[in-house]
Amino acid sequence: MRRRAVITGVGAVTPLGAGARTLHERWTAGVCAIEDGLAPCADFDPTVAMTAKEARRSDRFTQLAVAACAEAAAEAGWEGGLPYEAERVACVFGTGIGGISTIERGTDALHDGKNVSALSVPLMMGNAGAAALSMRLGIRGQSYGIVSACAAGANAIGAAVRLIQSGEADAVVTGGSEAALTPLSKAAFAALDATSEAGISRPFDARRDGFVMGEGAGVLILEEAEAAERRGAKILGEVLGYASTSDAYHLTAPDPQGTQAANAMRFALRDAGLEPGDVDYVNAHGTSTPLNDRSETVALKAALGEERARAVPVSSTKSAIGHLLGAAGAVEAVATLLALRDRVAPPTLGYGEPDEGLDLDYVPGSARPLTARVEDGGAPRGAVGMSNSFGFGGHNAVLVLEAA
Amino acid sequence: MSATVTREQVQPVVYDALAELGPEKDQITDAATWEELDVDSLDLAELSQVVEEEFGVKLKGDDVAKIKTVGEAIELITERAGS
Repeated sequence: MRRRAVITGVGAVTPLGAGARTLHERWTAGVCAIEDGLAPCADFDPTVAMTAKEARRSDRFTQLAVAACAEAAAEAGWEGGLPYEAERVACVFGTGIGGISTIERGTDALHDGKNVSALSVPLMMGNAGAAALSMRLGIRGQSYGIVSACAAGANAIGAAVRLIQSGEADAVVTGGSEAALTPLSKAAFAALDATSEAGISRPFDARRDGFVMGEGAGVLILEEAEAAERRGAKILGEVLGYASTSDAYHLTAPDPQGTQAANAMRFALRDAGLEPGDVDYVNAHGTSTPLNDRSETVALKAALGEERARAVPVSSTKSAIGHLLGAAGAVEAVATLLALRDRVAPPTLGYGEPDEGLDLDYVPGSARPLTARVEDGGAPRGAVGMSNSFGFGGHNAVLVLEAA
Repeated sequence: MSATVTREQVQPVVYDALAELGPEKDQITDAATWEELDVDSLDLAELSQVVEEEFGVKLKGDDVAKIKTVGEAIELITERAGS
């Protein structure tokens, strides 16, 4: 039997506030964090989780990552140190862009004839999140960044799972972070017509006109199941399956047939040893762009079959916190896990007008209890969810999670 | 730069720059070592930029590696600015 990756700690900093439970509870209660067309982590204070000196040496995307990691490590009981040999612990961490505010500050300084900060490179590099988490926890196994646009957070978790399954690591700190609410990236996404002119995130709704940019970080602590049990860790859930495919279709547009997105879902279910009927909840990529929400709906029908796709609740975290880009997959994996643990399907906020052909159960209105089987052939079974993440470049990453 | 840069002019600039980098103000004395102040190579790279902007003095990696205390840095900067 292959080694299994269980989740022993989660952390998040999102526009809904600090904390994974804050995200889960506020989204489930129907709170939307979007204001004036953006979803910043407005109250975030980096010095809660790091010294002023560490904060100076970190871009905002790294600060968010460290804060989310502190929460996850505390939940896993890792505060006193790593429970494994340092070389057996890894860190795989995603971002879409990296330290873009540092890049913009450096460019401004250069244009103004001033010195570019000596800290520019260590702050802007896309692997800064992975480096900071490794240093903070004393992780001495492999650590590196994952870059696949808006699929990065999910790809990082998938890569982390593989490290545990292959035996290369006994534990992995993983997730994703993004802090790109900067003039350049806002203008750049707007120039692509990717972001909502109305400033509203309403995934799957006929009136949707683009995504709303958010920022934040999500961190998961994964441990090899037997090792976690031996040390008496509290197990929150398990990553049962993962798969990733590429559209090879268009630089930014998803394949309207959703062929490879559907394959990623199929392969992830196969990896988990499950059938479409086993999926109790789908946390959609659901960006609120006209193209994604249509092709994702088509892909869900192809992967799960029309009947199952219509029966399973499908909701989008982005309706509450906007699109966290490279952090989205990680934050949404955290949201999915907590929803499964509480057996609740959080709502797709703002959903009101059905669009032709987009006819799944998008959990409109308010949260509702999840109907999930409690056992499988006599064995106890947690609720199972699928979390989709798709990125510019045609990257598709799908995780299948089970609550403990 | 002017040959009239004095130790009294350099000291407050260095102290203020160091205070920006993390150490508490009352820790910063001429006798304090980089180790005591938890000042590392990245901090010294930042300090060098401030010194260059203020006094036109370039501190290279080798120069910085030799000095161990705040006072030694101030002496070096004053000497270079005056030459």
